Amino acid sequence: MDSIEPKILQPEGAAPLEKADPAIYPPDEAVAAPAEIFEEPLVTTQEEERISIASNWTLVWWRFRKNVLAVVSTVILLFLAIVVLIPDFFATMDPEETNARLAFIPVQRIHWLDEGQLKPWVPSVVGKRDPVTLAMKWTTDETQKTYIRFFGTSWSYSVLGVFDSNIHLVSAAKVDQADDDLAAQIFLLGTDRLGRDQWSRLAFATQISMTIGMISVIVSVVLGLLLGGISGYFGGWIDNIIQRLIELLQSLPTIPIWLALTAALPRTWSPEKVFFAITIILALRGWTTLGREVRGRFLSLREEDFVLAAELGGASQARIIVKHMIPTFTSHIIATSTLAIPVMIVTETSLSFLGLGMRPPAISWGVMLQEAQNIQTLALAPWLLFPGLIVIVAVLAFNLVGDGLRDAADPYSH
Amino acid sequence: MSDGLPPRVPKADAAGKSPLLEVRHLKKYFPIYKGVLRKLVNQVRAVDDVSLFVREGETLGLVGESGCGKTTVSRCILRAIDPTSGEILFREADDKVTNLAALDRSELRRFRPQMQMIFQDPFGSLNPRMTIFEIVSEPLYVNGMRSKTEREDHVAELLRLVGLRTEYMARYPHAFSGGQRQRIGIARALALNPRLVVADEPVSALDVSVQAQVLNLMLDLQQKLNLTYLFVAHDLSVVKHISDRVCVMYVGKLVEMATTEELFQAPRHPYTAALMMAVPRPDPSSRDIIQDLPGEVASPANPPSGCYFHPRCQFATEVCRTQTPELREITPDHFVSCHRAEELHLAGIKVNQETQI
Repeated sequence: MDSIEPKILQPEGAAPLEKADPAIYPPDEAVAAPAEIFEEPLVTTQEEERISIASNWTLVWWRFRKNVLAVVSTVILLFLAIVVLIPDFFATMDPEETNARLAFIPVQRIHWLDEGQLKPWVPSVVGKRDPVTLAMKWTTDETQKTYIRFFGTSWSYSVLGVFDSNIHLVSAAKVDQADDDLAAQIFLLGTDRLGRDQWSRLAFATQISMTIGMISVIVSVVLGLLLGGISGYFGGWIDNIIQRLIELLQSLPTIPIWLALTAALPRTWSPEKVFFAITIILALRGWTTLGREVRGRFLSLREEDFVLAAELGGASQARIIVKHMIPTFTSHIIATSTLAIPVMIVTETSLSFLGLGMRPPAISWGVMLQEAQNIQTLALAPWLLFPGLIVIVAVLAFNLVGDGLRDAADPYSH
Repeated sequence: MSDGLPPRVPKADAAGKSPLLEVRHLKKYFPIYKGVLRKLVNQVRAVDDVSLFVREGETLGLVGESGCGKTTVSRCILRAIDPTSGEILFREADDKVTNLAALDRSELRRFRPQMQMIFQDPFGSLNPRMTIFEIVSEPLYVNGMRSKTEREDHVAELLRLVGLRTEYMARYPHAFSGGQRQRIGIARALALNPRLVVADEPVSALDVSVQAQVLNLMLDLQQKLNLTYLFVAHDLSVVKHISDRVCVMYVGKLVEMATTEELFQAPRHPYTAALMMAVPRPDPSSRDIIQDLPGEVASPANPPSGCYFHPRCQFATEVCRTQTPELREITPDHFVSCHRAEELHLAGIKVNQETQI
């Protein structure tokens, strides 16, 4: 009386069953014939063709570049990266040169036009001592022009240890009528308490602070990949130990621990030693977040069908990890790491600001901000806060790029 | 043969050659741990004493509700997960029979090319970061075919075999539809010339119109390449269409195994009969009242005593409550695990004569 009518017997078009049957049980000659192309190509236009052969990284880039803020931030970071690589190129003078007579010179405003021509110059500063308070008072003398020279030559420095150069982005063009050394110098961001040029110091501080952020993130990534990978891939008791270690590290209050560790660094250590010690201290906790993430990825990827398919195909464990698992989460790791860099930068800046991170004569953003610790300085020399602005810009840029990368990291989520 | 299926494997052949695959008393228990000390508190009996066999060249359907352990059985057979106990006997081309359950990972690699899998999810089973060429050629590469041109020729041939254009090789999976992806998955499974293909619900994620195409492709390939299928599914109409014989599972146990025709027409286990009742009938004049099974599916973590089906079985007697029935052959090629199999006469589905050509 009843029949199950397999719905699969009727492909689209609802052909009567009698007609559908020969298609399902094809006669022998049909079987022997070469397989027909069943489906029309999905791809028709050139644009679609381009998408269909786009690799994962291409898709990530296409999505990333739609994010205007992230692209702008990338440009800012690239600029900062150049500063990190060759700070001497940007510096106008030796960042450590002190001159008590030139303390607290305010920011010199750049005038781009000189008598209708594009010829940037800064007005010279003239210092006068207040006869009552004996404090130096700086005024600008608009008639005394110090012209700015681009790509002029000055002291020689090494570019990445590969070759030497003596070209600098900006420098003061010596003017004939100069009778004192002030006219031959420019202080684009003013000077600090010891008369050191802030502009030049900022270039070197950028190098130190950004490098600390990056190196500690690289150390974190290595630790996180290694321990998180072991934890997620092997599981069992080793996973248990690593996870409890991560919980322990994450439960420690960070500020006191950092303070204790950095305070324990011997005062006699050279700036280089302190630098590496601080990167390690920052990375010691920094890897935990990443370790968790990598472990989670491994755990979920172990269950993926394409990983099982590779295993059934005879691929070795090493090949599965290298060819299938790691490429799947690389973009996520990059995004997470990018978001971790600003945290490191802010931490280093805070520690140095408190006098527990980098110490003079090393220059970092935090060390520079130490100069701006009291209200008197802030009232009289607000330009000393400028490194704080750079910190904000750098941290924002890293965060925006990181967010953009995170959103673009998985092009298959949509 | 009333449903028009050509008898691909003569039943008498079973005596001549041992089956390609035989599973004996397969068990897979998943432990449940509790507390800090990870004390073993219970076990989920996902697969509980399953025995079945697949003859060379045939299609064995494996059906059951969600969570009855059919996927676990298929993955144990491929040793994607390690069985708790039992034997998985695989006959190689030279008639040598090996127990796969006893092999370690390195020994297994020799058997991998002979048994391949077609996955349910056409999206998760293809690595989105690899091109079609990389996906289909990977098994070839890891099994020693290092020449790229040789692999390209081979992949092109495989793509033609499954009905895809060879120009698609450079594309990534995101450029394909579900049905096309499933064809790619089939091409990958066939790359190593397997003898046994385990298909884990290969069409349940596809549109109905595409289901038919993929099933017909599988039947076509079976004839061309003399493949043996273990076909896991929950859609009875699909199973009926493609299988020579069918196994029915309930809470980790095999309740019935028979030829497709016999199982559908004359089920001997009350659970199989209930499954047949649940098949929707496209007959508007039918006024049959569908009787639901009482109660819930038993938990594999806490199965009932005796026959796992007895709390829901209207024919249950005292012996069903206390003794676990064994799987036994009541008529040739018809295996049932029910104490009352001989006495019961259960209604199956009359296969409609009209479907015959």
